[in-house]
Order: sequence, then structure tokens, then C-alpha cells
Amino acid sequence: MEIKEKESVVVRFSGDSGDGMQLAGNIFSTVSATVGNSISTFPDYPADIRAPQGSLTGVSGFQVHIGAEQVYTPGDLCDVLVAMNAAALKTQYRYAKPDAAIIIDTDSFGPKDLEKAQFQTEDYLGEMGIDADRVIACPLTTMVKDCLADSGMDAKSVSKCRNMFALGLVCWLFDRDLNVAFNFLREKFAKKPEIAEANIKVIQAGYDYGHNTHSSVANVYRVETKNKVPGRYMDITGNKATAYGFIAAAEKAGLKLYLGSYPITPATDVLHELSKHKSLGVITVQCEDEIAGCASAVGASFAGALAVTSTSGPGICLKSEAMNLAVIMELPLVVLDVQRGGPATGLPTKSEQTDLLQALFGRNGESPMPVVAAASPTDCFEMAFAASKMALEHMTPVILMTDAFVANGSAAFKLPNLSEYPAINPPYVPEDLKGSWTPYMRNAEGVRYWAVPGREGFEHILGGLEKDDKTGAISTNPENHDLMTRKRQAKIAAIPVPDLEVLGDKDDAELLIVGFGGTYGHLHAAMDELRAQGKKVALAHFRYINPLPKNTAEVLKKYPKVVVAEQNMGQLAGWLRMKVDGFVPQQFNEVKGQPFKVAELVEAFNQIIKK
Amino acid sequence: MAYTNNDFKKGQPRWCPGCGDHFFLASLHKAMAEIGVAPSQTAVISGIGCSSRLPHYMATYGMNTIHGRAAAIATGCKVANPNLTVWQVSGDGDGLAIGGNHFIHANRRNINLNMILLNNRIYGLTKGQYSPTSPRGFVSKSSPYGTVEDPFRPAELCFGARGHFFARAVATDAPGTVEILKAAYNHKGASVCEILQNCVIFNNGTHDAVYSKEGRAKNAIYLKHGEKMLFGENNEYGIVQEGFNIKAVKLGEEGYTEADVLVHDAKCEDNTLQLKLAEMEWPVALGVIRDVEAPTYDECVWSQIEEVKAAKKYHNFAELLETNDIWEVK
Repeated sequence: MEIKEKESVVVRFSGDSGDGMQLAGNIFSTVSATVGNSISTFPDYPADIRAPQGSLTGVSGFQVHIGAEQVYTPGDLCDVLVAMNAAALKTQYRYAKPDAAIIIDTDSFGPKDLEKAQFQTEDYLGEMGIDADRVIACPLTTMVKDCLADSGMDAKSVSKCRNMFALGLVCWLFDRDLNVAFNFLREKFAKKPEIAEANIKVIQAGYDYGHNTHSSVANVYRVETKNKVPGRYMDITGNKATAYGFIAAAEKAGLKLYLGSYPITPATDVLHELSKHKSLGVITVQCEDEIAGCASAVGASFAGALAVTSTSGPGICLKSEAMNLAVIMELPLVVLDVQRGGPATGLPTKSEQTDLLQALFGRNGESPMPVVAAASPTDCFEMAFAASKMALEHMTPVILMTDAFVANGSAAFKLPNLSEYPAINPPYVPEDLKGSWTPYMRNAEGVRYWAVPGREGFEHILGGLEKDDKTGAISTNPENHDLMTRKRQAKIAAIPVPDLEVLGDKDDAELLIVGFGGTYGHLHAAMDELRAQGKKVALAHFRYINPLPKNTAEVLKKYPKVVVAEQNMGQLAGWLRMKVDGFVPQQFNEVKGQPFKVAELVEAFNQIIKK
Repeated sequence: MAYTNNDFKKGQPRWCPGCGDHFFLASLHKAMAEIGVAPSQTAVISGIGCSSRLPHYMATYGMNTIHGRAAAIATGCKVANPNLTVWQVSGDGDGLAIGGNHFIHANRRNINLNMILLNNRIYGLTKGQYSPTSPRGFVSKSSPYGTVEDPFRPAELCFGARGHFFARAVATDAPGTVEILKAAYNHKGASVCEILQNCVIFNNGTHDAVYSKEGRAKNAIYLKHGEKMLFGENNEYGIVQEGFNIKAVKLGEEGYTEADVLVHDAKCEDNTLQLKLAEMEWPVALGVIRDVEAPTYDECVWSQIEEVKAAKKYHNFAELLETNDIWEVK
């Protein structure tokens, strides 16, 4: 048996949508994280509501990247592919490295399975050009049945444990401590201990099977842990981290949290997560439509809550009218856009960055609105907190952009300590202004004061019509409208945001890579790879997009070559060209609905360096 | 603390002289003073349209928002702060055309809002197009040959959405208006008040039959829960049952006597007869047509929060984190 020491390993679990691949993947990433490995995960599920069992369109995958040092992405290609049926092998093999180990359940490669997966012959490995030596082929279904023969469970329940056998096999492959997995299952199935024990039995059987039967065949990998950051961790998806960020911000600000929403992929998990936490006083209203989701949040904001509405691009189209109302009424509101493929219904389950210009400009009139973007699943927490603070302290709607990739991906999240986060101080109207206050009176930062209903002496009417700067009454005066437009613009422009950070060879890079939001991990990994090849490369990644960091022009103009890489046709590049005089970057654009591939980025960036 | 009409008044209304909005506004001020909720605890939320200018003439909190969204905005406001008394004001275009979806869902959810529907059967602010309450064949700038569509009947829409409160008044009838506004306030849940009002410029005379006191004496019936449904200048008419329907009859004719006249029941959960009353063309039913208690959404949201708080062991962010699978890296 050969033990391969690896810096990082990618495992892809794939099977039918009902095969429980996500659970197996989650447990594996947790088990790895517990020993201090860095983790990044990515589910890739089909858009079909329920594709026929065993069909090519019904395959879902869950990819886990574990590393000795920081891993930034779920990985391009996998070292180990678990294929629970023929369709999974057929569709997922393209995500495997040429020397990847492949685990298959031979029980799911019968004539019917092969037909559904559109194999032409029974030599499915030959058809795919897969070397049989790399394959751990086991009659997995049969063994699970044997293992649970005495359990008294029905056939369907037994079949549901197949994923755990695969997990056991993978745990053996990576020399993982099974106890962590056992504890995970005992907690998950606390109310059904018999299910937990059945699953545990099957994991152990999978592990033993690998140990006994395949020790001479496959490699065993070992991923040690370096640079551990001590602390307490949990696994978190981007959507969950976003929800947690809102909860944390509301608590920090001492406000109720209100979410007005309408279900939409891939943002719905934020609604699900927040709906659970009534014990924290979180109010969630599943509205009649996207419009009402945003409109009701504007009402909640007027009433004094931290108001949030969550959606994806098609929902932003519908919400823009009410977002604009919050702009002119100068009320705090956070609008979450979990981007997906567009236009229209587009690719609902896939990831893109194509809503940036919509976020910046997609409203009538001069309608400045801060836009921020989360760079990773855990960064969703930071940016949800930051967006909430910005909205509340500057009395403005703020758009928080994430995407399907960071929203559904997960990573180890070091438990935050709220006392280390900055205070949130909304500009409540001081009591001593009673009698002289008018609704558009501003503080030193140009921010309108907030008078929450219930306070005697501050009754006022806001609205969608332009108001007089001094009195707050409706005004069509030309000079006043010009003044109010400028004041709204100046208020947003004056919002302080952190400087743009430059990573890598910040003093002497020959190429600066520029990106925003969810591509951070891939761009960082590409930079690391180029530097490992001896190139001088730096990365400047935007999380604050409007207003831009103060040092933006300075950074962008410092390097001989700049490439803006984004999952759209050049929206950030266009925005930066608009805001930075004379800035003409190279562009790398891809709109495939899939995360970037680090190898492709490296190749493209190398071309730019060579030119 | 006692309030006067002036405590709720602000500014100089800009509606056309003779517009029904003027009459309604005065009645709203009066009703609010009699209800006695402080201006600081009151929010008046409108959409867009002539009548949606109304919040600007209120000394309360309020918003004159965007077209059609008043009910949705009021929903968020009420759910987030159930201590506020929230009035939502819309015209027939704002409430039933562009805002129709929010109107029905606010009723279905039974949000504790006082929802005012100022119905002049016309778009006034955009200068004279037909509205979703204009009758079939209505000639307007956008229907020069008459409309080819049927109107909504607001009560039918409210009841179809499982609404629990519906009342109607004529804008020029201050006592009748004040009475239903107070009843709407006292009703817990979504309360729809349809106000029949004239547009002197674009739809003059649309409610002529009941717009004057004399007209109402002849052509309207004031419904009172628990009282016999009599009407006419000398109560010479009554509402009686006829088979599966109701009809207006003259007492003493066709053998009908006062004993045959139905007693109004606004509290009846089944809305069949209430709907029939609301849809009568003669007489026009005024007053509280339906007023049935039911759990309100906002109350249920907050009681559920209290229940879950009692049942769950985590009550702040730090405790929430501890509910996850956590591992320690040393």
C-alpha cells in the first residue's frame, strides 16, 4: 500500500439526486475540518424538479476540497470520484483528474442502468477510457443490504444508507477518524437513534471493506495540517452565513430583524434559515410576490426594524421600484441578490456575476445605492454585517451581492465573537431637535435623521415624491430637486469603505488580477499558481463596489498589466473604466454558470503576461 | 388624552374643489380624534393617485409611497411594529388594479390594517382613464368606444380573499363615514372601507344616486348589526329573502309585512347574504356589512415568536452559534 502525502485533495461525491451525496460530502468535510484541514465545498445540483431515477439529468454532485494549508476553492478537478450509478460516472467523470481514483457501485451498472446512462456496450469503463486499475468497483448495494440484513429496516430505508458505505470507503482512503462521523450522525438523528446506528454500521462496513479488500489496489492519501489557526469552528454555507450576519447586525444595533421575501433559487435558504430563528425574535414574512417582499421591508424599516429582502436577479427586477422608494425616502434596507445565470429565468441553479450593472444602475432616476459583494462563504457573514451597518448608519438601501457558488458552497467558519465587531449606531433624531426638526434635516455626514414612529413630536410624512430640503413638503422646485439629487449622491459617495487590498507581489507585479465577489478563491488560487511558476503577480479583489475604495485608481494604475476577470461580459471592467480616468484593462470573461477553473485562469493570465 | 380634529390636521389639501377626497379627509380627522390614538402612534400609508396624497394632510406618521404597494408596505410596518395603528389609503386604481395582488393578500392574511378604498371609478391623476371599477361600456379617454371588460366589485374581491370586514360609506356622508372608520379601527384584522366618492372633473355624477342626503334616503340602506333591514324615507321598504336570494320590497305590497324583513347579521361567519347585500344595486348598502373576528397575522407572528422563545434554548447570537456542530482546532 502506498501512502501519498498530499497538500490538498478533492473528492467529488456523485449520484442520483436522492442518493444523499450532500450528506456524505458534508460529513467528510466536517471530519476533515476537525483534524484542522482547510475545507471548501460546492454542491452542483440539477435544475430538474425530479429527473427520472438513474437518468443523466438527475445526477447531483458534491465536491469537497481539503487542504493542509488554506484552500480557496472547491478545486477544479477531483482526485477521488464517487459515482453511485452509471449516469453519475457518465456525467461526472469529466470533473476527475486523469489519475483520479474512482469508486463505483457495480450494482448500479446493470443493463438498464447502462441504457439510462446512454452507454453503448457493457464495457462502460472502456467506453469512457478509464483504466480499471484506478477503479474501486464494489457491489455496494449488496453489501449494504447484507450489513443491515438483521436490522429489521425496510428495503427503502436500507437503500438510503448506501451513501454512508461510500463515505466509509472514502474515510478509509484518507485515513480518517470515524468517531467524528459517528458523533455527527448521532446528533443529526438524535430523535431516531436506530437510523443513526444503522448509518454508523454501514460507514464502518465501508471502511473495513476498503481496508480488507483494496489495500493493495488504491492509494491512501494523507493530508496533514499546517498553519492551524486555533479556535472553535463550524461548517457554514454562504447563505447560512449571510443569515447569521443579519442576525448579528440586528443584535448589535439593538433592532428587530425583519425579512420580507419570496422563494427563489438560489436565495431561498436565507429565508429558510431566518425563519427558524423565532427564538431570536426574527420576523420573516413570505410575501405574495417579490414586490411585496421588498415593499413590506420598506414598511418594516419605516417602523424601525433592520429590514432585509432576499432574492436573486429576477427578483431584483421586481424589487427595483420599492428599492428606489427607499432611496428617495432615505430609509435603511438591505437587498440581498444571490446571483444566478440570466437573463430572465436563465440558469436558476447556476452561478454568474451578471447582475452587477443592474445593482448599480437598474432603477429610474438618479438613484445611487451602495453595492457590496461577498468573496467566499464565510465572507457572506462579514459582508451581511457590513451591509446592515452601512444601511442603518447611512440611511440608505444597500445591495449585498453573493452568487450561487458562494451561497451554496461551504467552508470552515471560525465562530465570531460579536464583542469584537464594531458598534452599529443609526442616526436617531436627537430629542432636543423636537420642534425644529424636519424630515430631511441631516447630520454632519449628510445623513437624514431617523425618527421612528411612536416618538411624540416627530410625526412626519415620507414619500416617493421629491421633497423640499428644508421643510420636507412635496416640492417640484427645479433648484431644490437638483440640490436633493446632489445630496443623495454625496451621501453615498461619502460612505467610508476599507481600502482595496493588494495581495501577492504588490510592489513589482507584472500583472494585476482584478475581480469582485465570489471569484476570489479561484483568482487567489490562480495567482498562487502563477507565482509558484515564478511570475510576478498580484490580486486586487473588490468587496466594496459602490462607493469604490479611495485607493482604487492608485492601485489600478500602478501595474504594467491589469486583467479584470469576471463571470459576465465585462461589467466590473466597465464600471472601473467609468470611475477611473484612462483605465483600460484586459478582460477575462466567462459565462458558463460554473465556477472558474483555476487551470484555465492560469493559462489565460500567462498569455497576457507573455504578450 | 382627548384629541380634536385639529390634532390630526396638517397642510392645505390640493384636491380639486368638490372632490370627494376633501369630505373623506375631514371624516378621517374626526374619526381619529374620536378613536383617540395619539398621532405619534398612528401611521397613514398610501400609494399613488389623487387620494393617495392624503397622508400629506395628516399630522401623524405616514408615507405616500409608490403605485399599488401601499398594502404591502403597510403590512411590513404593522408586522414589524404591531403597536402602531396603521391606516392604508388607496384609490380604486391603486388598490384594485396595480395593487390588486397586495389587496387580496392583506385580506387573506388578515393583517390588522384599516384599509380605505376611495372608489370614484376613474383614474383622476392621469386625467381620465377607466379604472377596474368602471362599469362595462364606460367611455373615457382610453376607452373612447366604451370598455369591453367587467369591473371588480370590491366586496366580492374582499370576500373572495376571505376578508373579515367590509363596510361602505358615501364621502359626503360624514356621520356614516366616521361610523365605519371607527368600526374598522375596532375590528381586529384587515378592515376594508369602501368610500363612494365623486370625481368632479373626470367622472362627475358616478355616485349621484346616493351622493346627496335626499338621494341616500331614497336609494340607500344603512345597515346595523342586529336590526331589521328597513329603508326609504319612511322605512317603507325592507330587505326580504326570496328563495336563494334577497330582494327589496315595499311593505304592504305583495303581502310583505315587517315580519318578513331580515335582520342584518354582520357577525355571521358565512358571507353569502353579506355578499348579496354588498352587491345590491338598489338600494345601495351602507354601513358595516361584514365584521367577523378571526386571528390576525401580526398577532400570530408575535405569539409564535413568544412560543418559540419559550421552547428553544437559544436567545442570542452567541447561543445560536452553539447550536451547530462545532469542532476545536488547538
